[in-house]
Amino acid sequence: MDVIIENLPQYWDGFLRTLFLSGVSGIIALVVGTVLAAARVSPVAALRGFSMVYVEIVRNTPLTIAFFFAAVVLPRVGITFQQFEVAAIIALSVYTSAFIAEAVRSGVNSVPVGQAEAARSIGMKFSQVLSLIILPQALRTVIPPLINILIALVKNSSVAGAFYVLELFGNGKQLANANGDAVVWVLVGVAFFYLLITIPLGYLANVVERKVAIAR
Amino acid sequence: MSSVLYDVPGPKARRVSLIGSIIGVIVIGGLLVLAVMTLAQQGIFDANRWAVFQIPDVWKLIAAGIGATLAAAAVSAVIAFPLGLLLCLMRISDNAWIRVPTRIVLEFLRGMPVVLMMLFVLLVFATSSFIAVVAGLVLYNSAIFAEIIRAGIQSLPKGQREAGMAIGLTSFQSRLIIELPQAIRRMLPSLVAQLVVLLKDTSLGYIVAYGELLRAVQVMADFLGPQYLFPVFFVAAAIYIAIDLAVSRLAIWLERRGSKRAAGGVAHVPVAGIPAAGPPSV
Repeated sequence: MDVIIENLPQYWDGFLRTLFLSGVSGIIALVVGTVLAAARVSPVAALRGFSMVYVEIVRNTPLTIAFFFAAVVLPRVGITFQQFEVAAIIALSVYTSAFIAEAVRSGVNSVPVGQAEAARSIGMKFSQVLSLIILPQALRTVIPPLINILIALVKNSSVAGAFYVLELFGNGKQLANANGDAVVWVLVGVAFFYLLITIPLGYLANVVERKVAIAR
Repeated sequence: MSSVLYDVPGPKARRVSLIGSIIGVIVIGGLLVLAVMTLAQQGIFDANRWAVFQIPDVWKLIAAGIGATLAAAAVSAVIAFPLGLLLCLMRISDNAWIRVPTRIVLEFLRGMPVVLMMLFVLLVFATSSFIAVVAGLVLYNSAIFAEIIRAGIQSLPKGQREAGMAIGLTSFQSRLIIELPQAIRRMLPSLVAQLVVLLKDTSLGYIVAYGELLRAVQVMADFLGPQYLFPVFFVAAAIYIAIDLAVSRLAIWLERRGSKRAAGGVAHVPVAGIPAAGPPSV
């Protein structure tokens, strides 16, 4: 137990870096994912095809492979980063954006057909139908799944710890090596900080889900 | 090509769309060409780099990596599924002394990164990395399986349980004989989708030094020299993705087949954190 209190600054540092990684990757992934979902339902065949192939391949790629690619393979072929955080953010946002695209697309499909028909019948173009009518409603229904994807993102950011980023998991590994006699407590501390993020987010998802369910 | 989101395109719109498609293809193609040219400048496509695949030992190592990946996934799945069933039954038990602690344990397991559990088992119990990988995967996935099956049971019509009780089954018998078989059948696509996740997560074994496919790549690159990293990684990643794609196709096929044949179809209720069916979750 003492080992947690003694190393609290290092935990805190890792905790903040985990939040930073998840936050930045989450925002990038949300934007990219929504654009991919819009491309997936667009009238332009090339966009549809690209979005479909991207989502299908990325979703079936293990996260560790994405990390290995960004952190080990890319620098080897001449694309180097000043900080390993950049590689981690690339891997996490590419990976997460595919899941977000899928979730948003299922949200688009869940909007009643009449909405799009009504929008078109008053003369809206595709871009207007999508941005003014469909997406606002779709995003609302997909908030709970999106939160769940973000929870997964927070947990997935732990993989960065194995690729030279000193976030929560990376710091935990270091601490575990330094304190061989108190490994259990070191890792319990790491677990505690992860739960500090994931459990409140999980409750948020539940609450939002109930609210949305009433609205529809 | 028609969608509710836009009118059936007329000649002008078709032309615009065609031009858009061509521009899109050119842009994507251009990016690909740029990437390939950057790689070519690094000498990635020199024949001698790919000649590494003529060495039989390279294929042996790749095969060993695939074997290790599949072994960890198979063992974990076989242990995690019955454990998930058990956890599910405990989670919906009538006895609060069983139900509440199980619920806390499940929340805990679901909120935890899998790789942390693997590291915990590896360091605390000083086991082999294989056991650490399997233990981490089993702990996490049995919790998810339990939640999926619970969602399946909750999606059943109430009458199923009532009828079971009415013919004199105990609560537990009704769960086991009446509800579970239907729930599992309904949730089959989600369960298979979770298997894809499990398979993908075996790659986390790389972090705890388990000799799976990615670790094999690393070993080969260290042994043969860094210039072979890219070719070996490329092939291994392709194999990994191909296996995962195949299993997730199976999930989608099961969902389609299920919605045609199974009485009542497969469930389409989304569970928290688990997509309704088909596609693998994160």
